[in-house]
Amino acid sequence: MNINLKVWRQKNMNVVGSFVNYKLSNVNPNMSFLEMFDMLNEKLISQKEDPIAFDHDCREGICGACSMFINGYPHGNKHGVTTCQLHMREFTDNQTIVVEPWRAKAFPVIKDLIVDRSSLDRIISSGGFVSLNTGSARDANEILISKEDAEESLSAASCIGCGACVAACKNASAMLFVGAKIYQFSKLPQGKIEEKKRIKSMLKQMDKENFGHCTNTGACSAECPKEISLDVISSLNKDFIKSSF
Amino acid sequence: MILNSKIPDGPIIHKWEQYKSKVRLVSPNNKKKFEIIIIGSGLAGSSAAATLAELGYNVKIFYYQDSPRRAHSIAAQGGINAAKNYQNDGDSIYRLFYDTIKGGDYRSREANVYRLAEISSNIIDQCVAQGIPFAREYNGLLNNRSFGGVQVSRTFYAAGQTGQQLLLGAYGSLMRQVSKGKIQLYSRHEMMDIVIKNGKSVGIISRNLINGKLERHFGHAVILATGGYSNVFYLSTNAMNSNVTAIWQAYKRGALFANPCFVQIHPTCIPISGNYQSKLTLMSESLRNDGRIWVPKKYNDNRDPNLISEDERDYYLERRYPAFGNLVPRDVAARAAKERCDAGFGVGSSKMAVYLDFRDAIIKYGKIECKINKLKNCDHNLYYKLGKKVIKNKYGNLFSMYKQITGVDPYNNPMMIYPAVHYTMGGLWIDYELMTNIKGLYSIGECNFSDHGANRLGASALMQGLADGYFILPYTIGSYLSEHLNLEHVDINDDVFKETELDVINTINSIINIQGSKSVNYFHKKLGQIMWNKCSISRSKEGLEEAIKEIKILKEDFNKNVFVNQNDKNLNIELEKAMRLLNFFDMSELMCKDALNRNESCGGHFRVEYQTKDNEPMRDDINFSHVSVWEYSKKYQSHILHKEKLSYNDVNISQRSYK
Repeated sequence: MNINLKVWRQKNMNVVGSFVNYKLSNVNPNMSFLEMFDMLNEKLISQKEDPIAFDHDCREGICGACSMFINGYPHGNKHGVTTCQLHMREFTDNQTIVVEPWRAKAFPVIKDLIVDRSSLDRIISSGGFVSLNTGSARDANEILISKEDAEESLSAASCIGCGACVAACKNASAMLFVGAKIYQFSKLPQGKIEEKKRIKSMLKQMDKENFGHCTNTGACSAECPKEISLDVISSLNKDFIKSSF
Repeated sequence: MILNSKIPDGPIIHKWEQYKSKVRLVSPNNKKKFEIIIIGSGLAGSSAAATLAELGYNVKIFYYQDSPRRAHSIAAQGGINAAKNYQNDGDSIYRLFYDTIKGGDYRSREANVYRLAEISSNIIDQCVAQGIPFAREYNGLLNNRSFGGVQVSRTFYAAGQTGQQLLLGAYGSLMRQVSKGKIQLYSRHEMMDIVIKNGKSVGIISRNLINGKLERHFGHAVILATGGYSNVFYLSTNAMNSNVTAIWQAYKRGALFANPCFVQIHPTCIPISGNYQSKLTLMSESLRNDGRIWVPKKYNDNRDPNLISEDERDYYLERRYPAFGNLVPRDVAARAAKERCDAGFGVGSSKMAVYLDFRDAIIKYGKIECKINKLKNCDHNLYYKLGKKVIKNKYGNLFSMYKQITGVDPYNNPMMIYPAVHYTMGGLWIDYELMTNIKGLYSIGECNFSDHGANRLGASALMQGLADGYFILPYTIGSYLSEHLNLEHVDINDDVFKETELDVINTINSIINIQGSKSVNYFHKKLGQIMWNKCSISRSKEGLEEAIKEIKILKEDFNKNVFVNQNDKNLNIELEKAMRLLNFFDMSELMCKDALNRNESCGGHFRVEYQTKDNEPMRDDINFSHVSVWEYSKKYQSHILHKEKLSYNDVNISQRSYK
């Protein structure tokens, strides 16, 4: 395959970036999108140019590091996958592909396609946990949890914290991310106790980090590589109101 | 050199209990005076950081990723073992201990393994209380499944993403302590070297990957939790950036390295599809509960697998190992797959793959469903439809991952799999307290060596990482710190910090001044090929000797011809990779040396010279029942071998058999 790329290049946080065009031939359709980038970088290195910086690590869709905005979609147009799990067979010969970093006030660009997502860590730090010290737990089977609740909890807990929901949202809101964490705990007796406090502090932190407000467009859920349901947001809205009483 | 493993006296079942009741404690007031450095934020690092901070210590945690949640523990799929015996199928602490010792082919340390089995139950309690949504039965109790090398169901799991859920639990606890100011995060920081003064570890030199700045950090103790070194092979199931730098630098500064040649090759990974391939993806071992592994009986059979009839299939694991069948341990399954492919019975375009088939399982579950729901007029199609649902429930995410990567639907076609490098049982030598031979320097999780011997059982890595971090280190570190209440703060402007930093600067300069023409990946791929061909599933004296020579030549080539951009004051990914590769070169040489030295076959280490007539490994307990402990001699730039004798008082040593 031949591919035309338009890639966002930005030296560091303090300068303005721009698109640069690259042409790549002999792309194998079985390559992953990141392997295509590896190939491009090898080419750049052979020309003694600076390779394109992008985040990646596990390359099996679970660490949440990779984060490319491809032809207007976070992780590309294919449903339910991360960038590393996207393959070149999804593209056509001679197609032009535009690649940008996540765009959000809360995610400043560090270099090229790498952004700073520590704001998500700070949201978790504000309450996304069960307050429990090591060693104080009771027997694991002492509290029963229904199979349905455990499964629903897991489906929300499978969020990988990549930030695609924020990148997809026109308001750059992190509601799906926050909602997923709160939903995971709301389905479990262990998480229920601190729920009110958790909701308030996590939402407060989200605002503080300059994420936008939610207007229920649903783009976050549609683009989420782990297909986290929009229900986590409606549930969060309901629980938020309840938490005020 | 005297290797004091500090195993407590007394019967094995009381060792840990007695240790805990006698170990010196640090009073709460004094704990807050201590600063502890942790490298790596996976299961071991995060759980240790959270627990130490809860106890009152001040913790700094360093990791190269942008968030602690991205460490590669997140990718573990199958599950975590614990001797809960919830299934009433005869499990016990002793049996988990025994299985682990046997699975490790009698090359692990007895007392450490018993302690691990003892603690396993607490881990599950802890994780459930953290709000980790483990799989459950309809009655609300926790569900279990079984894994390779054992005959009980003791594996707890959360679909195919158990590692993710456990890590997010530990990450939550870690972030809670961040909010309390007890933990400081150093994201996108890589440890470059360890600082040692008067035989004690007092801090590290780290590199801020964003701006290239070298930083000096003091710590009363330094804990390495940096995972394994499978990326020596370039292609492995590890994350792309996983590396050996931290433990290798510790080794070069005097820490001992144990059993470097013990590498686990996982039998069920998606085969390599081309030379552009950047990493290998694992298909969880849990699939072997239901999938049957086979190759065609006919040599070089190119037919569509669905057209190959039952009697033309060779279910070689069931044939060779009737007692354990498809659930033999990983090393056995990996070797058997290679044997079939080398003999010309492999499948797929590369002929380096075997089938993992779910056809029979789907029909079996379909029939059960029909029975449960009292359906009439059941036919093959209905069985298939209902059975598919059951399989989807159990392994849905793995099946869709397989389809995503290969473009083939595994519900209708058997999966194609092949072994890949997955885990390294070797690591820094540690004593019972998880401390290396350097005082105040600890090694936890995959980067130490003691628990898995020559082969790790499935679902035991998560168990060990969390046991070390949550339940062992927080006790044992007190033993060292309580004796160092008056340990002086070593100022970061002390000469020892300056000198160590200078060493790092010199290494960086030597790399960026080469200005050759080849990329780092070019060399890393070559190194991987050497290691895969000569130091992986099977090894020979001849091959290992060749490998050592080839590695040397390759390293020389690297030192003359690598190209790395000189911009070391900015994010420079090529420089990061080059620094890691430099250590991989040295590591791979030591691995070959160790493999060459171990004239026997045990666990994941298979020397072709030492096998029986029917290709089973020949272990040599008379000459090799020891840990190979390597010391780096700075003076001679060479490796010196020491031995820690292994003795087994609570298990009978037997030839490992899964027949």
